[in-house]
Amino acid sequence: MVAAASRLENLRGRGGVPPVGLLLVAAAVGLLVGCLRSSIFAQLTVQGLALGAVYGSLALALVLVYRATHVVNFAQGELAMATTYVAYQLIQWGLSYWEAFAATLAVAFVLGTVLEVVLIRPVQHRSVIAAVIVTVGLFILIDGIVDWIWGGALKFMPPPFGTKTYDVGGVAIARLYPGMFLVVLASVLLVWALFRFTKLGLAMRAAALRPAESALVGVRVDWMLAIGWGLAAVLGAVAGLMAEPTQFVLQPTLMQPILVYAFAAAVLGGLDSPAGAVVGGLAIGVSLTLVVQYVHPITSDLQTPVAFAVLVGVLLLKPSGLFGHREVRRV
Amino acid sequence: MSRRLPALGSLAAVAVLLSVLPFTLSDYNISLVAQVGIFFIAVLGLNILTGYTGQISIGHGAFMAIGGYTTAVMSRDHHTNLVVTMLMAFAICFVVGLVVGLPALRLSGVYLALATFALAVSVPQLPLKWSKFLGGSGGVVSAQTVSHVWLYAAAWTASAILFVLAWLILRGRIGRAFRATRDSEIAAVASGIELPIYKTLAFGISAAYAGVAGALFVLGTNGFAQPSEFGVFLSLQLLVGAAVAGLGSLWGILAGAAFVGLLPTVSGSVPVIGSAHGRDVVFGAAVIVVMVLLPQGFAGLLGRLRELGRA
Amino acid sequence: MTALLELEDVEARYGPVHVLHGISLAVEEGSVVAVLGPNGAGKTTTLRAVSGTVRRSGRIRFAGRALDRLGPDGVARLGVSHVPEGRGTFSELTVWENLRLGGYTRRGSIQPELERVFTYFPWLSERRRQQAGTLSGGEQQMLALARAFVHRPRLLLLDEPSLGLAPVLVAELFRIVRELNEDEGLTVLVVEQNAHLALQAADTGYVLEAGRVALAGTSAELRTDDSVRRSYLGY
Repeated sequence: MVAAASRLENLRGRGGVPPVGLLLVAAAVGLLVGCLRSSIFAQLTVQGLALGAVYGSLALALVLVYRATHVVNFAQGELAMATTYVAYQLIQWGLSYWEAFAATLAVAFVLGTVLEVVLIRPVQHRSVIAAVIVTVGLFILIDGIVDWIWGGALKFMPPPFGTKTYDVGGVAIARLYPGMFLVVLASVLLVWALFRFTKLGLAMRAAALRPAESALVGVRVDWMLAIGWGLAAVLGAVAGLMAEPTQFVLQPTLMQPILVYAFAAAVLGGLDSPAGAVVGGLAIGVSLTLVVQYVHPITSDLQTPVAFAVLVGVLLLKPSGLFGHREVRRV
Repeated sequence: MSRRLPALGSLAAVAVLLSVLPFTLSDYNISLVAQVGIFFIAVLGLNILTGYTGQISIGHGAFMAIGGYTTAVMSRDHHTNLVVTMLMAFAICFVVGLVVGLPALRLSGVYLALATFALAVSVPQLPLKWSKFLGGSGGVVSAQTVSHVWLYAAAWTASAILFVLAWLILRGRIGRAFRATRDSEIAAVASGIELPIYKTLAFGISAAYAGVAGALFVLGTNGFAQPSEFGVFLSLQLLVGAAVAGLGSLWGILAGAAFVGLLPTVSGSVPVIGSAHGRDVVFGAAVIVVMVLLPQGFAGLLGRLRELGRA
Repeated sequence: MTALLELEDVEARYGPVHVLHGISLAVEEGSVVAVLGPNGAGKTTTLRAVSGTVRRSGRIRFAGRALDRLGPDGVARLGVSHVPEGRGTFSELTVWENLRLGGYTRRGSIQPELERVFTYFPWLSERRRQQAGTLSGGEQQMLALARAFVHRPRLLLLDEPSLGLAPVLVAELFRIVRELNEDEGLTVLVVEQNAHLALQAADTGYVLEAGRVALAGTSAELRTDDSVRRSYLGY
């Protein structure tokens, strides 16, 4: 847990705020103490971190899209759901789970890129409402297309990490959760490294921050924004594929609650902060899992309302989130 | 005065058409047009918020849910007169809208969209938690049911009353304050408009409209108030309706209401694609196409046509 | 010598506001050309027309290729560096990242370019990890220029390099531009309010007035022209 926390510290990079760092360290210490004292607590924490990684991955997708095009993509979750169906189909056609996983990421990238070019570019500069509604239309359209192709019946995919459990000091932990956590974390780190260390990543960051100046140094800004959407779709696909085994079945509503958690995570971290999205996702994942277990009036039916409360609470207390930048409004 | 005549004329035309329609249509079609009336109310309410004060809400389905459950619970437990339940839905949603509007004061743009979206997702979860009172996933069944014609008459009478009410509100002081808020909050404050009061008020009014629509909506589903009926899709429909309507035109709102009230139902029977998913495929695609082609909605289209006519 | 850049009857507008009413000018390969004129004459817009950051019509040819259909990124990839007014550094990125973006269109290592730039601006090397936004105005101007050098353009478009800079820095900046021009044959089109400075650095100059070329000539000619002296040189 501490290792995970320190990795996150690194992810945050420079420019973080010390009190937030302290808060995170305190939370990590609290979790660690809890894990040592109670095995159920430990199980739940691992589970919460794994789910939180999924939320964080989708939240990161939302943040990438928001940074690139200043659009909140309400269809991000449905897109992830659709790509999970693609993986299901590929497995039906005989690919192994991980072959299908890789192929699906490629499909997701193309899909995300094409959507940006075809649907978002025409409305992007018009109005916030128009862009939001196009993604809302996409939400509905994807639902319809998935239902059209695959039907609403439950589908089953092979478990990606087998069905074994680990025994860690008397605590039984299903292999699924650490597996999920590592896969999501690996993809998040890969995307981060792409942005941080490659020329393409630098150009993408520049294009999102200052499109006009980026064009002046020869960056094809339009392409960069489209690639940003593609990468977001890839992260979403990872989130969808890793969320599916936690629900044991594949159905069209796979990502709808997760989208709300991802929104809460993105807002918690600051809508323009990639590291914040991941930290926010982990925080939401762990706290929801623990709250549902230990705070009795709150049952699992109330998970989304609680996430909603977190979202609104953060927006009211600290609208820029834990790591975000304050927006300056002009008259 | 003469400038108003065409507007009054079109109002009268719509009224006459709507009062003749039930005598010519089948029961099924009457219920369809009634559905358009229900959406007319909700879209009109959302338009007051989104169009006049510039606040986005993707959560008005939640207010419809509250209104709908008000009617269903009152009918189940007290056999309250249905019209009275609608007034109660109006009042309760007005208060809830004010309460939601208060935190919304600090949010704008994308952030408000996110918060209200979360509202839309959360509220339908509440009946699952308090299943004794709110019926769980099975929902609440009203003690009374209504005929198609009753629903039609109620929906369009309520539409007319609420349309006039909206017109009265928007043409005066409050409307000016709303518009000033939308155009520039800072300028509005500078000219002495008490921003919090008006923004919250707009939220309350539009929520109240959604509440009435929700009450009628429940009556339209044979008196069943079910969480699944008030899912995210409904909230999305309303926002789409408001966007398709555009700003400040009766025809726009009618078009928006018809778009979201009819299209999903009608496109359910598209031949090639099939029934269940036809709704989503056609409706989703239509939403995208309309937004790409008409970013200002039908009102914007009408405005442009009028300019062309004049030129 | 052939003209590297040729503008013929170029018009440009911002929405309904017409700014350029048919500008024609030529920049010889290896020369420094100054564009002078009062505020609102269209100096900045002329540069923007070349780099494609404003909607324009008319013929613009660079090294034999038509630019008038290219966007700013296309123009940059042909080897034109535009250092806009107000610097246009990426203030959220580090100094090094800014320089890296300058070499975005270059394939392979940009190490030689960086070394060369560091000989002109040694302090950039020490502060490569610093966020560009935390540099002073003058430093950001230097960084913008350095970024353009890393690009190794055939044509450098400089917009008001002296704006808001201390005189010492301005002199230094023009010295570097002149040096690059003499040593490496860099072609420069510079817009400058300070006509005195500009004519010192430039071989030829154009005086714009109300979106048209009012006067053209060598720097020496312009310096002795009565109207230029009265309006821009102040003696």
